[in-house]
Amino acid sequence: MRVRFWGTRGSIPVALTSADIRDKVAVALMRAGGRQFASIGEAYDYATQHLDFSLTHTFGGHSACVELETGQDDYFVCDMGSGARPFGAHVLARQSGRPATVNVFMSHVHWDHIMGFPFFGPAYVAGTRIRIHGCHDVIEHAFRLQQAPPCFPVEFAQLAADIEFVRLTPGKAYETSGVRVTPQPQMHSGDSFGYRFEAQGRTFVYTTDSEHKLENRAQTDRFVQFFRDADLVVFDAMYSLADAISVKADWGHSSNIIGVELCQMARVKHLVLFHHEPAYDDATIEGVLRETQRFEELTRGTQALKVSAAYDGLEIDV
Amino acid sequence: MPLAHRLYDNALVLAPTGRLDHDNCEAFREELAPHLERCARERTSIVLDLSGLEYVSSAGLRCFMLAAKQAKAQSSRIVIASMQPVVAEIFQIARFNLVFEAYPKVRDALASLSPGAAAAFDRG
Repeated sequence: MRVRFWGTRGSIPVALTSADIRDKVAVALMRAGGRQFASIGEAYDYATQHLDFSLTHTFGGHSACVELETGQDDYFVCDMGSGARPFGAHVLARQSGRPATVNVFMSHVHWDHIMGFPFFGPAYVAGTRIRIHGCHDVIEHAFRLQQAPPCFPVEFAQLAADIEFVRLTPGKAYETSGVRVTPQPQMHSGDSFGYRFEAQGRTFVYTTDSEHKLENRAQTDRFVQFFRDADLVVFDAMYSLADAISVKADWGHSSNIIGVELCQMARVKHLVLFHHEPAYDDATIEGVLRETQRFEELTRGTQALKVSAAYDGLEIDV
Repeated sequence: MPLAHRLYDNALVLAPTGRLDHDNCEAFREELAPHLERCARERTSIVLDLSGLEYVSSAGLRCFMLAAKQAKAQSSRIVIASMQPVVAEIFQIARFNLVFEAYPKVRDALASLSPGAAAAFDRG
């Protein structure tokens, strides 16, 4: 099982500015200190091994879209944020003209989670089968609405693909193409749902746009059970804990601290921080990652928890 | 959790010890409540002396946040003193360092509240 991140930013896509790129290049040149490189490969190795990730890369700007590759022909993907556009290009390139079957699992239908669908190339290809799964009763309405005039030039009904909406029941496991999927209700405006995917003896949990109330022990226990022994948990860590329980309480998001604590309680192997705050630059996100890794060290029990920060293009073998 | 307390002029020093986490945070809140009520009645502020606190989880941090909100609502203040390094790191990672004023020693914290509190501390 492989998890591939096409969109990792929360709430709205962001792009690096020209000033951001200039600053990264300027700092990289300073750090290189006049060093000479005989080849582009040598320069690449230096950048990879000696410079900060936030200087040589970007955590990326697309909104939520995370693919689960299972080794089957069918595609599995969580959410259709703006990352659905490059994901669609990937599907088309890989299929080389063969029609695809794409299983979409929707956390909810807030705009940042559906905005990529009108730009999802396979939706325009006859023979493509798209099954959009979710627990809300408004998913089809939301997908049609965002393509209705005057918002978009191509109406949903004009899409060439065979598109089906599949209603799931929270807490009830669903099997498709060798993958067992269980949705879990989450606290978010209008509700959201996390998904636990189990296949080939591995478990991947996608849980975004989910607020955790510390005073609600029953809710905590429910999520520990939902995460239990997962190999990988992709977690909404948009805010600091201080913000999440004060000025941004009831905004429907969580923090890195809660992510670590829940994963430790559930004996998860790998936590990936996701749904990055759009106001954060790359250096800030890298700083949050380092602090979260340190928090995990400080609070570690008998089992270490690996902590990463998602970025557009990241691939993790589970 | 035992909560030692001592009044220095118009400042009450409270000293939680051990670990503050999901298992004992509600008991801690219950221990804290009468002190917060007293502060409202007597117009005093609170210093949390964390020299004996070994660990605080998110649930414990939430207790501090709720207490600070209540203190602010009753025109009082809570400041922190003498954090152990681990607890200080957790405060920083959780961004609680932006919510609370923290001082290296109890006396520094008392002095930030009033000269009288610091003088009372010096008298022992």
